[in-house]
Order: sequence, then structure tokens, then C-alpha cells
Amino acid sequence: MNKTVNQKAWFFVLPVLILVAFNAIVPLMTVVNYSVQETFGDNVFFWSGLIWFEDVLTSDRFHASLGRQLFFTFSILAIEVPLGVAIALAMPRKGIWVSVCLVLMAMPLLIPWNVVGSMWNIFALPDIGLLGKTLNTIGFDYNYTRQPGDAWFTLILMDVWHWTSLVVLLAYAGLVSIPDAYYQAAKIDGANAWAVFRFIQLPKMKRVLTIAILLRFMDSFNIYTEPSVLTGGGPGNSTTLLSIDLVKIALGQFDLGPAAAMSLIYFLVILLTSWVFYTVMTRDEEH
Amino acid sequence: MDLRRYKWLIPTVYIIFLMLPIYWLISMSFKTTNEILGSFTLFPQEFTLENYRTIFTDPTWYSGYINSIIYVTINTVLSVAVALPAAYAFSRYRFLGDKHLFFWLLTNRMAPAAVFALPFFQLYSAIGIFDTHLAVALAHTLFNIPLAVWILEGFMSGVPKQLDETAYIDGHSFPAFFIKIFIPTISAGIGVAAFFCFMFSWVELLLAKTLTAVAAKPIAATMTKTASSSGYELGLLAAAGTLTIIPGAIVIYFVRNYIAKGFALGRV
Repeated sequence: MNKTVNQKAWFFVLPVLILVAFNAIVPLMTVVNYSVQETFGDNVFFWSGLIWFEDVLTSDRFHASLGRQLFFTFSILAIEVPLGVAIALAMPRKGIWVSVCLVLMAMPLLIPWNVVGSMWNIFALPDIGLLGKTLNTIGFDYNYTRQPGDAWFTLILMDVWHWTSLVVLLAYAGLVSIPDAYYQAAKIDGANAWAVFRFIQLPKMKRVLTIAILLRFMDSFNIYTEPSVLTGGGPGNSTTLLSIDLVKIALGQFDLGPAAAMSLIYFLVILLTSWVFYTVMTRDEEH
Repeated sequence: MDLRRYKWLIPTVYIIFLMLPIYWLISMSFKTTNEILGSFTLFPQEFTLENYRTIFTDPTWYSGYINSIIYVTINTVLSVAVALPAAYAFSRYRFLGDKHLFFWLLTNRMAPAAVFALPFFQLYSAIGIFDTHLAVALAHTLFNIPLAVWILEGFMSGVPKQLDETAYIDGHSFPAFFIKIFIPTISAGIGVAAFFCFMFSWVELLLAKTLTAVAAKPIAATMTKTASSSGYELGLLAAAGTLTIIPGAIVIYFVRNYIAKGFALGRV
């Protein structure tokens, strides 16, 4: 659609701008403020320059959490995106089953995050949980509260359970928007299923998949509640993701300076990655 | 042999996988604590409603649900109301800094709640709305307004501009056109946007917990307190968890025909 240039449109955006700026800028500035100061208590603060940033960037603890975070995010993206697309392709296109599938699949998305954590906690307990008990009965030595490998398995399985449906819904929305004429043309040309997928379905899904990957990337990088309820970052530090580590430092030890510096670095990592991805994926549309 | 005949197996297996933990939660909510801890049973042997009775009679439990529903409703109404004119501006006009503003709005979805929890607490205490429903509703607009703008803009861009122009020629003023003609036209989009605002406000816990103490405490916070303080009342926890699924299920049922379209129409 060709849009008209109208600077007065700013007035329409103003309420959103005021609300979001109030919520975003004041807290962000508070964080920036903490990140450059040192305190010895009693609300007395000293300017400390960039020392906290240096500390965080060179600390092994931060590198370890960041590494775990990256491993988590890329694992769940590598599973959820292909799986979601595959399920969307196999879903019915018409009839009563569409609604049934959509309603049932959307269920995990609307469960409060701490309930998701508790639910999986109960489900995976090795002695009284359905998953844990079943795995142990068929011969696996499974205990997610003791073995780091099992904790990771449970964490990733939980996220796949929780969020794959979002990818399915988005991919499905992209698929149903393809007109029947495209498929008929492909049939006349004698295209096989792979060619139909590669040259018709995938390009049509590109936009929704970009949204799906962006949302999953941002949300998985911010994940806090579910893992903290499920494993609490343990056993040991083995599943301590960035947010969990941050909350430990900020609210557990009350080290506001390092926590604030870490927050800003953390936020910048998400921002930069999303910006690069957004720019690359939307570049074609600009021309 | 035609593999396509067995295609229905994939969604079926997936849905069974989704339902298993939910089933386990519901089944546990009908068990007694003795049965949960004492033995491994697939179905409740001594079927009990005691857990639900506790929740419906104890004000610390049921007030949590009421609080959650109040702030989620305020948040949904507020987010959609301010997002409507903004989305209209983005879909119809070009103005100075529009693209940057759009991306900046999106960046607010990226802000980790863990980062903002403490500053939010200080800010809302300073302006005196700590522990009110309004505080949680306002805090949740941080990530819901960008999403609502994003979804509504997509729906509005699908409405031809001729609709606006015809209305002006017919002598409608802008507010009259917007309320009487435009809003009914994109009602599906408003439904989808409201659904996502409801969803993200309903499921969030960290900010909701940080910004409340007693008067506006959400159900999720009551649950985490129970989980840590009273030891192992798993049945009660399971019953409370089961009840949190119900509002979501009702909302999904109403918007089932629109959820799939919601994001697809939004631009990237």
C-alpha cells in the first residue's frame, strides 16, 4: 500500500510512546545508573566508571552462563523450528479437525510459566512422576535433580513441549494463505513433494518463520521462570542460564553494580542479534 | 504405498505428547497426598475433591485468581486501546522516524524481565502504586503494547485505503469513521491482539510477583509460596495449576478461528 507522508501521524503514536517510554526508559536508566557506581550500603554511591563492565566481561562465571544460554537457545531453535514446520505441513487444512488441533495445540501457550515449571517438575520426578518413572522402568537411570545430563534433557523437552505450538500456529498460518492455484500449477508441472515444499511452501512461510524464530530467540534468551521452578539452575550450576544467574547476583547477593552491568551486556547481545537477523530477513522486501 | 495416508499420525502423536503432562497434573489434583507420595498410580485410586475445596474456600487462594483476572483485564483493555491509533498511523502514514520507532517498540519485547524487576519495583514504589492491580497492568504493557501494535498494523494494512476515503466523502468525521466503520471492520484483528495480550499477561510471573505484596497478589505467586513454604502439598499445587489452565482454554475456544491468522498478517 502506498502511504501518504503525514507528520501529524505522530499524535496517534503519542499514547503508545508515552506509556512504553515511561516503562522502558526510566528502568533502563536506573540500570545504567547502577552499572557505573559502587556502594558500601546506606544508599551512598560512588562513581566507578566502567569497572563493572570489565569485571563481567572477563569473569568466567559470566562466560559459563552465556555459553549455557547459547547452547539452550540454539538447541531449542534447532528442534522447535523444523518440528513445528513438519507438524504444520501434516495438519488437516479443512473441516472440524482444524479447530480441534488448533485448540489442543495452543493449550501449553496459555499456562502460566511457573505452572509449566511445576507441572514438569511433577511429571519428571523419578519416583512418582509419569515421565521419570516410565524412563526408569524401561531401564534408563534417569534423575533430573542429580544428573546434569538428565536436567538438560528435561529442560529442553519442557521448552519443546511449551513452545513448539507457537511455531506450528505461525507456520500453519503461512501455509493456509497459499492459494490452491499454486498447487495445481505444481501438479501440472509434475513437481514432487520436495519441490512443492522448497519452491512454494517455504518461500510463503518465510515471513512467518522469521517472526517465529525472532520470538523464540528473544523469549528463550529471557527465559527465567520455567527453569528456575524446574531445576533452580542445578544440579550445581549445570543449568544456570543467564537470567537465573542474574537474579542470583542481583537479588540473592544484592551486588547491584555487577548485576546492572551484566544486564546491559545481556540486553545488548539480544538487541544486536535480533537487529542483524531482522535486517537480513527484511532486506529483500525493501527492494 | 502412499505415505500421505498416514500423515494424520504426526499431529496426533504431537497432541498426545502435549496432553501427557497436563493429564498428570489433573490426575494428581484429584489424589490425596498419601497416594501421591506413597504409590505410583496412573489414575486416582481414592478420588478426592479436597484440594479444590481448599482453594475455593480459602481467601488467600481464590483472591489470587481474582487479582490475576483483574490486572490481566486492565492490561488487555489498555494495551489494545492505545495500540489502535498507533497501528492506524503505522499502516496509513509515513512520518519522520516511523521505521525506527517500530523497531524500538519491538526491542521492548527483548528486555529480560529479570533485568527490569528491581528498577520497576523502585519506580512503582516511588510513584506510589506498588501492590495495586494497576502496577502489574502497566508493567505488562511494556511487552504487550508492541505486540498489539504489531498485530493490529498487519490487520489494518489488509484493509484497502478506499474505505477511509469513501467514508470522508460521505461526510464522516475522522472519529466517527474510526469508531463506527473502521473498528468493526478489523474486529477480528482486535480479537487476536486481545488474545495475545491476555496470554502474555496471564502467564507472566516475575514482574507480577515483584510488583505486588498482599492486595494484588497473583495466583501464580500464591502457588510459588505454597510450593516452598508448606513442603510437599503436591495435590493442592496441582489443583491450583489445573485451575489456571481453564481461563486460557476458554479464551482459546473463542478465538480458535483467528489465532492462526494473527501473526501471519503482521509484518516483520
